[in-house]
Amino acid sequence: MSLRAALFDQALRVEPQKPWPRIVVDEENWARAAFGLHAGDVTLTALWGEPGRVHMALLEEATGEILVLTLDCPNGTFPSVGATHAPALRLERTVREMVGLVPEGCPDDRPWLDHSRWGLAHPLGDATPAPAEGAPYPFLPAEGPPMHQIPVGPVHAGIIEPGHFRFTANGETVVRLEERLGWVHKGIERLMIGAEIERAARIAGRVSGDSTVAHSIGFAHAVEAAAGIEPPRRAAWLRALMAEIERVANHLGDVGAVCNDAAFSVMLSQCGQLRERVLRAADTAFGHRLMMDRVVPGGVAADLADPWPVAEMVAAVRAVFPRLVTLYDTTASLQNRTVTTGRLDPALAKRWGAGGHVGRGAGRRFDSRRLPGYPPYDVLRFDVPVREEGDVDARVWIRILEIGESLKMIEQILAGLPTGPIRVEVPAGAAGAEGVAMVEAFRGDTFVWVRLDGAGRIARAHLRDASVFQWPLIEAAIAYNIVADFPLLNKSFNCSYSGHDL
Amino acid sequence: MPKFLIESLLRRARTEPAPPADETALTELGRCLDAAAHRRLGRSLAIREVDAGSCNGCELEIHALNNAIYDLERFGLKFVASPRHADVLMVTGPVTLNMREALIRTHAATPDPKWVVAVGDCAIDGGVFAGSYAIAGGVDAVVPVDLHIRGCPPSPTALLEGLIALVDKSA
Repeated sequence: MSLRAALFDQALRVEPQKPWPRIVVDEENWARAAFGLHAGDVTLTALWGEPGRVHMALLEEATGEILVLTLDCPNGTFPSVGATHAPALRLERTVREMVGLVPEGCPDDRPWLDHSRWGLAHPLGDATPAPAEGAPYPFLPAEGPPMHQIPVGPVHAGIIEPGHFRFTANGETVVRLEERLGWVHKGIERLMIGAEIERAARIAGRVSGDSTVAHSIGFAHAVEAAAGIEPPRRAAWLRALMAEIERVANHLGDVGAVCNDAAFSVMLSQCGQLRERVLRAADTAFGHRLMMDRVVPGGVAADLADPWPVAEMVAAVRAVFPRLVTLYDTTASLQNRTVTTGRLDPALAKRWGAGGHVGRGAGRRFDSRRLPGYPPYDVLRFDVPVREEGDVDARVWIRILEIGESLKMIEQILAGLPTGPIRVEVPAGAAGAEGVAMVEAFRGDTFVWVRLDGAGRIARAHLRDASVFQWPLIEAAIAYNIVADFPLLNKSFNCSYSGHDL
Repeated sequence: MPKFLIESLLRRARTEPAPPADETALTELGRCLDAAAHRRLGRSLAIREVDAGSCNGCELEIHALNNAIYDLERFGLKFVASPRHADVLMVTGPVTLNMREALIRTHAATPDPKWVVAVGDCAIDGGVFAGSYAIAGGVDAVVPVDLHIRGCPPSPTALLEGLIALVDKSA
C-alpha cells in the first residue's frame, strides 16, 4: 500500500476539500508522513498554518495525486517536519512567525520573513503588538583564518528584486552562501482573508508579476474546485494559450539575461527584441502585455478576437530563435562559463521537489501539466525536456527546448480553440468549502489552497510559488564555485523574490 | 558568429521613434526642477532602480526600456549600479516595511540634486496591497516623490513618456 493510501486509512476526519482530500491526522501519522518525505515516498509541496492547526500537502509524483494532512495543535505546538526533512525548515519558520504555532524540535528557531518591522507578531494568528525597530539576524557561521564575508543586498546593482546574500569565501571560492529573504513581504495571505473573490484574484495575480497568468490560473482552479464549478472549455484553452505565451516571454528573457551575465550581450539584445515581440502579441490579443487580470475565477476576462497576432508572433520567434540557439551552442567562450557552473545535485533537486528548469535541468521529470494535469494539456501534444547535468547550461537548454514546445502548443491551441462562452458566474459556495490546485508556471509548479466563507469571499488562502523550493538549492549549487559566477547561477535559477516573500 | 554580427551591423536599427513627453508628467514636474540643476546635469541623468516591494511586474517593463526597441540611453538616461552614481531614484512597489529602511538609506546615499520617480500603481498608494500590515503605503510615505508614473505595470512607452518629461524639464 502506498504511503498516501496508508495515511488516508488512518484519517481521524476527512474535510470537504476538492479535488484532492484533506485529512485530519494524529501526531503519530504526522510524524509518519515526515519520515515518508525523508524516505522519498512522497514530495513536500506545501506546509502552512492557521490558528490552531497546521497543514502539509504531499505529492505522490508517480500518480500526481495530492494529499493534504492537517494536525490540530491544541497546545500551540506541532512536531517539526524540518527536523527530519530539511525542505520543510523555512516553511516551519514561517508558520511559527506568521501563525504563532511552534514546530517542536525544529533545528532553526530564527525568524524568516518577519524582520521585526511590522509592529505586530503572528499576523495570520493572534496579531499581537510587537516592537518594530528591526532585529539583528544571526547568520550561520563559517570559520577559519582565510575566510572573509561578502554581504550583498537587499538593494542589488541591477534592476532586480531585493534580497540579501551573505557569502563566506576563501579567496575566490564560495565556502558558504546564506540567503536572507522576506524583504518584499506584502502580507498577501492576510489581505486574502475576507477579500471578495474578484479582489482576491487580483491580488493572486500580483504574487509574482512574471508568473501572473500561472498564479491567476492556480487561484481560479482552487476557487472553482471549492465552488464546485468548471470553467467553459474555451476559457481553459485560452488560459493555456496565455500561460504558454507567458512561458515563452519569460524563457526568452532569461536566456538573454543568463548570457548577458556571462558578458555575451548580443544574446540579450536579440532575445530582448523577441521578448518584446511576444509581449506585444499578448497586448494585441488580450489587451495587456503581461496578461494581468485576464484569467479570473469562472473563466477568462478577455476573449481572443483575432488569432493572427499570436500566429505571427510564433512565426517571428521561429524565424530568429534557432539561429540564436546555434550561436549559444557554438560560442566556446560562453559555454566555458555555463557548462559545469553551479551544478545542482539531482538528489537535492528530487528531495526539495524542485520544479521547472531547476528540477528538469537536474533529472527531475515532474511537470504538473502532465501530472496531476489539467485541461487542455490532456489533449495537447508536448514533450517535457529533461537534462541530467544540473549546471547553468542544462537550465539554459531546458528553457530553449521549452520555448519550442510552447510554440508548438500555441499553434495547437490556435488550431483547436473550442467555441462557446468564456466565463461562468462563480457561486458563493458553501461556507468552509475548500479547493486546492497545482499549476505549472514558467518556473515550475505552484500550489494554491483556498477556503471560501460562503458569502462570496475568501476565508483563508495559501499560495506557494515554485521559488519556495528552489531558493534553498542555490545555497547548495554555488558551493565551491567562484564568487564571480554567482550572478550567472542566480540568473539561471531566476527565483522570484516576491513569489517567495508573499 | 561573425556572420551574425555583420548582419546585425548592416541591418536598419530596430529602435522605434520616441513618444512625446507626457503632459501630466510635465505639469507635475513643473514644480520641482530648478534652473541650477538643469545647468549642472543637462539632459544626462543616471537612474538607480529600487524595488521596494513590487511584484516584479514593473521591473520587467523597466528592463524593457534597455532593449533595442526602446533604447533608453539615446535620451541620455541610463541605469547605474549604485545610488552614489545616480541623479534619479526610480522606486517601485508599495514600500514594504521590511524595505523601508533600505529605501531611506539608498535615498540618503544619492547625491543632491536628486529626483525620485515612483513607478506603478502600488508605488502611489499601495495599489492592491493597500491596507496591509506589512507596507508603508506608497513611496510618498517614505521619501519625497517628484514624478509618478501610473500603470500596473506601466508600459515601456508610458515609462518613456514620463522620463522624457523629466529630461525635457531638466534640460
